[in-house]
Amino acid sequence: MAATEASALSIRNVSKAFPTPEGGEVKALDDVSLDVADGSFMVLLGPSGCGKTTLLRCIAGLESPDSGEIDLKGTRIDDVPVWKRRVNTVFQSYALFPHMTVTQNVAFGLQMDKLPKGEIAQKVDRSLELVRLTGLGGRRSSQLSGGQQQRVALARALAKEPEVLLLDEPLSALDLKLRRGMQLELKRLQQETHITFVLVTHDQDEAMSMGDRVAVFNEGRIVQVGEPREVYLRPRTRFVADFIGEANIVDVVTEGGGAAITGWGAIPGESWAADSPAIGDGRRVAAVRPEDVMLTAGGDGRFPIIDATFIGGDLHAVVQVGDMTLAARQPAADATGLSTGGRCDVAFRAGSLRIVED
Amino acid sequence: MARRSTSGRAGQGTWWAGLPGLAYLVALVLAPLVIIVIFSFLSRAKLGVGVKWEFTVQPYVELFYSESLSGERSFDPTYLQIFFNSVVYSLITAVACLVLSIPIALWIATRPPKWRTLLVFLVTIPFWTSLLIRTYAFVIILNDNGPINGALTGLGILSEPIPMLYTPFATIVGLVYSFLPFMILPIYASAERFDFRLAEAAYDLGATKGRVLMRIVLPAVRPGIIAGLILVFIPALGSFLAPELLGGGKTSMIANVIAAQFGASRNWPFGAALSVMVLVIVMLALVAFAVVARRSSRRGSQQSLESLL
Repeated sequence: MAATEASALSIRNVSKAFPTPEGGEVKALDDVSLDVADGSFMVLLGPSGCGKTTLLRCIAGLESPDSGEIDLKGTRIDDVPVWKRRVNTVFQSYALFPHMTVTQNVAFGLQMDKLPKGEIAQKVDRSLELVRLTGLGGRRSSQLSGGQQQRVALARALAKEPEVLLLDEPLSALDLKLRRGMQLELKRLQQETHITFVLVTHDQDEAMSMGDRVAVFNEGRIVQVGEPREVYLRPRTRFVADFIGEANIVDVVTEGGGAAITGWGAIPGESWAADSPAIGDGRRVAAVRPEDVMLTAGGDGRFPIIDATFIGGDLHAVVQVGDMTLAARQPAADATGLSTGGRCDVAFRAGSLRIVED
Repeated sequence: MARRSTSGRAGQGTWWAGLPGLAYLVALVLAPLVIIVIFSFLSRAKLGVGVKWEFTVQPYVELFYSESLSGERSFDPTYLQIFFNSVVYSLITAVACLVLSIPIALWIATRPPKWRTLLVFLVTIPFWTSLLIRTYAFVIILNDNGPINGALTGLGILSEPIPMLYTPFATIVGLVYSFLPFMILPIYASAERFDFRLAEAAYDLGATKGRVLMRIVLPAVRPGIIAGLILVFIPALGSFLAPELLGGGKTSMIANVIAAQFGASRNWPFGAALSVMVLVIVMLALVAFAVVARRSSRRGSQQSLESLL
């Protein structure tokens, strides 16, 4: 199959539906396929309810897909019971066993593998060291801070040296400052252990800063997979453009050979990104980042400025163009004369407009 | 902190609110117990009704020795045997209730919340009818011509009915039936609070179903199990109806003997001495439960002490 040898995890056409209380059905996963390279950090990104956690649970074995196939290192695992899979999970709630100490929590999975006592002790120590919790082995989870509990959950899963480590929104319960620190920490752990990480998040910053690759989910489907930078710079659909970073979505119509934005005018050729999909005929939508919308102040400008606010060193402005509003952002130094209620002209940076699927 | 101190003050202001309850307990629980203890050291009245105010330890001697007509004393294990049987029946009852209740309680706790309320309600339905009537029902169910024997002989599994009624088996069946809800409800109360994501985590770490149950679920519902064991064992030890109606007098438990001493045998001091022995056994059992229950929580509190140092 398409799964190469270097892929740790290969997901083929997986679908999963859940019954709704109204008697209907909701497709949590709709024909999802994904390859995760061995030793890489894959992030599944999407809004809540998009199916990313369902996919994670299918990989772990806590849900079984209705159809499709999941291979781990070339071996089919979707019919293997959860306890036999060489995959471990860091749960969003951490799910530490409250009646056990930190050491007992970390040792639990190793005891299930019936390893000799000495080896278990060794691996527990190594895992606790890896997550920098040495010396706290005797504590109970109730005596740990949120960040420490997070580390125990990590140590517990890593101690089993899984082929793939699954992380379900692991940082969502931490405060912002801790979260930034843990992002770097997770990245370091992944690089030190060479274990394949699959992390689920709804936070695009998290996805951008940690992932080697990002799979963007929407409504049970993967809409785009690629390196974070790639996905940011070349969004394939309106959803991706909008979800990752900010984007203006503009209606584009073809007019006698050229393309135009209603209410703004014909689009100069150099405004298009070099690799933007072809426009074709009829109406399409294009995405443009706010930082690529350039405003020039002037009393006789064509467009009214609805709002102009300085946030940090940038001016965030909203401009009325025809029926739509465009968000623009530019450094304060270039923003003289732009103020709420004023008028301006609008131009698009060269190579900034990109046709996206609606 | 602040909240605790205000509620503490509020509680201190209304200390007298506890007095009626306290008076009730003293008058109707503590006082009779004291009277029973005093009676157990008094002599038997001439006609056997009431007591003669004359100190003696004779009732306690009667527990272990019997006196022949010639006045010779010899060791007699009859009553010890009854005590022993009562404890064994109660333990079997408690363990049987535990084994039956764990799956039921866990099953209810894993249902959707709206179903749980209904199921818990169903568990309590037997309380609507008097225990006496429900125990008599078992006379009908278990007798030689009852539905069980009827079905077994009718299907040709048995050639003739096996006697079930008036056996220790019948007594224990009756006891288990009477006390099952007292085991299900506390275990369910613990299981309902159990975070089933912990079970998922255990599966994820390689635990099979049996190990998840033993290592994760049962430790979590341990408080409910201990409460259930106490709630079943202690009343079972003192139960009167099931051994009386289903055991047929052949398998007396201690409560039946005590009843006989205050009734037909007209030996109040001896009945009181037997009651005191029951009290001692119950207290020993409670201490044992407390030790077992504390063993795990002590481990936890020791650690919290360590972390403070």
